Amino acid sequence: MGKTITEKILSAHTDTKNFKLGDIIKARVDFAFANDITAPIAIKYFKESGAKQVFDKKRIGLIPDHFTPNKDIKSAEQCKILQKFAQEYEIDHYFEIGRMGIEHTLLPEKGLVLPGEIVVGADSHTDTSGALGAFAIGVGSTDLAAVLALGEVWLRVPSTIKFIYTGKLNKWVGGKDLILYTISQIGVEGANYKVMEFSGEVIKNLSMDNRFTMCNMAIEAGAKTGIIEPDQITLTYLKGRNQRPYQVYQSDSDANYEKIVQIDVTKIEPQVAFPHLPENAKPVNEAKGIKIDQSIIGSCTNGRIEDLRIAAQILKNKKVHPRVRLIIIPATQDVYLQAVKEGLIEIFISSGAAVSTPTCGPCLGGYMGVLAKGEKAISTTNRNFVGRMGHPESEVYLANPAVAAASAIVGEIVNPEEVN
Amino acid sequence: MIIKGKIWKLKDNIDTDVIIPARYLNTSDPQELALHCLEDYDPEFMNKMEQGDIIVAGNNFGCGSSREHAPIALKAAGISCVIAKSFARIFFRNAINIGLPIFESEKVVEECVLGDRLEVNSVEGTIKNLTRGRVYKINPLPKFVQKIILAGGLMEYVKEELGLSSKD
Repeated sequence: MGKTITEKILSAHTDTKNFKLGDIIKARVDFAFANDITAPIAIKYFKESGAKQVFDKKRIGLIPDHFTPNKDIKSAEQCKILQKFAQEYEIDHYFEIGRMGIEHTLLPEKGLVLPGEIVVGADSHTDTSGALGAFAIGVGSTDLAAVLALGEVWLRVPSTIKFIYTGKLNKWVGGKDLILYTISQIGVEGANYKVMEFSGEVIKNLSMDNRFTMCNMAIEAGAKTGIIEPDQITLTYLKGRNQRPYQVYQSDSDANYEKIVQIDVTKIEPQVAFPHLPENAKPVNEAKGIKIDQSIIGSCTNGRIEDLRIAAQILKNKKVHPRVRLIIIPATQDVYLQAVKEGLIEIFISSGAAVSTPTCGPCLGGYMGVLAKGEKAISTTNRNFVGRMGHPESEVYLANPAVAAASAIVGEIVNPEEVN
Repeated sequence: MIIKGKIWKLKDNIDTDVIIPARYLNTSDPQELALHCLEDYDPEFMNKMEQGDIIVAGNNFGCGSSREHAPIALKAAGISCVIAKSFARIFFRNAINIGLPIFESEKVVEECVLGDRLEVNSVEGTIKNLTRGRVYKINPLPKFVQKIILAGGLMEYVKEELGLSSKD
């Protein structure tokens, strides 16, 4: 019996021989990271444990991205904890404001998370890096504290569901629509404790940015992580970027999967996930006419350069609806700079959009776009739970950047085709 | 460990944003977090609940964000344990790691209503519905997880691994 890419990565990181699905193993960690919300608790527990040093100061990332640039005094105090810890323990990869980006976009971009690695992040969207063929899992702060001290993590060997995407992508359909559609098919608990392996001819031709978007939202189906086998597109992305050598693993053709799900993408339209669960995705035409107050384009899901290019394509020579606030947030400084060079930022500002420095901000209702009671937003972010973007009686509709941009122009949710 | 308390019954997919909204995550102080526990589910929850109460919920409890503030808020609020049909995986780890007792049982959840009193015996592996006079068996946790709990949480286990344990 062959092995999945996940089983091969785990085998290379544990001393346990011949483990089976469901076994609990201890695995060595290649890179660990936390943000301004999760790191302060991890640092507290790390210090209380009496550990004298971190497992490897070159393999730890501290990224203040959630409530930054500091939104209030309490947030500033939390960020200070990260900064001081980074200085005290000589952590190589602390990212100060101005060099900071949203962690799950920044770390791949900087070549700090790589194929074949085990990546542990104190943030649920750590699964994003699975797009590089890494085994990347989100954990809480105590787990992260243990990793900081020991350089290893305990985990239950997960089974894998393989998703095979075939057919031809429709116009304005990308990674966001594929993952929203997939979650709508299996539900928000459909992959609980399992790995979602994305494959098939459609994935083979998908750009890295779209692959990151897909893996990013595997957690919204409850998955332990999402993963895509590295190929030429992955290796091209990594060229000149990777800060360590890496190992590429592929799933064997006779690997054991819990389930194989075939998805014909030809029938998938741009998707909109209705409140209050990501599984409530429907074709955009079924959301047509829902009035919006705000549109957000950004986040670890859709704040990359290709997302901004799509938004600019829609917004060029158009104006944001007078009633709507369009907020565009490049996920990292490099994405921002690239958008400046390509003239995208000028298009955004000319259209009447606000453009912000990188931050998670509104995605979690932190700041930089919080909703009032009764307000509705279309958003390229990943969650539409009750109160996620502000008032508990506000609503979030999840979509791709084209739908978010087009809806901002019309003032209600529309198919991008109607604007372009 | 024996836990007794009256229950609050919650639905499926209770996410960590609802357990503790992100707008309060600019602190990690347990008492401050507890003030806002489940506020977006029911703004009066903290006024209505009593110390030692038990949360009983449906599938996928604790889905969403990895914020450990969620089990911390529940524990600091005085919730004695959570019984659900199933837990989201990061919440499951976090609860074990910080010492918030959690138990999985479809039957207990299906056959109890708001206000019932339960008695959980984690040693015997039973949950009694004292109001209805029913007894249920619960599945034991994986051995390694029990080891963490016996050590007194994950960081105690880390201390043992580092040779820093006060128990040595």
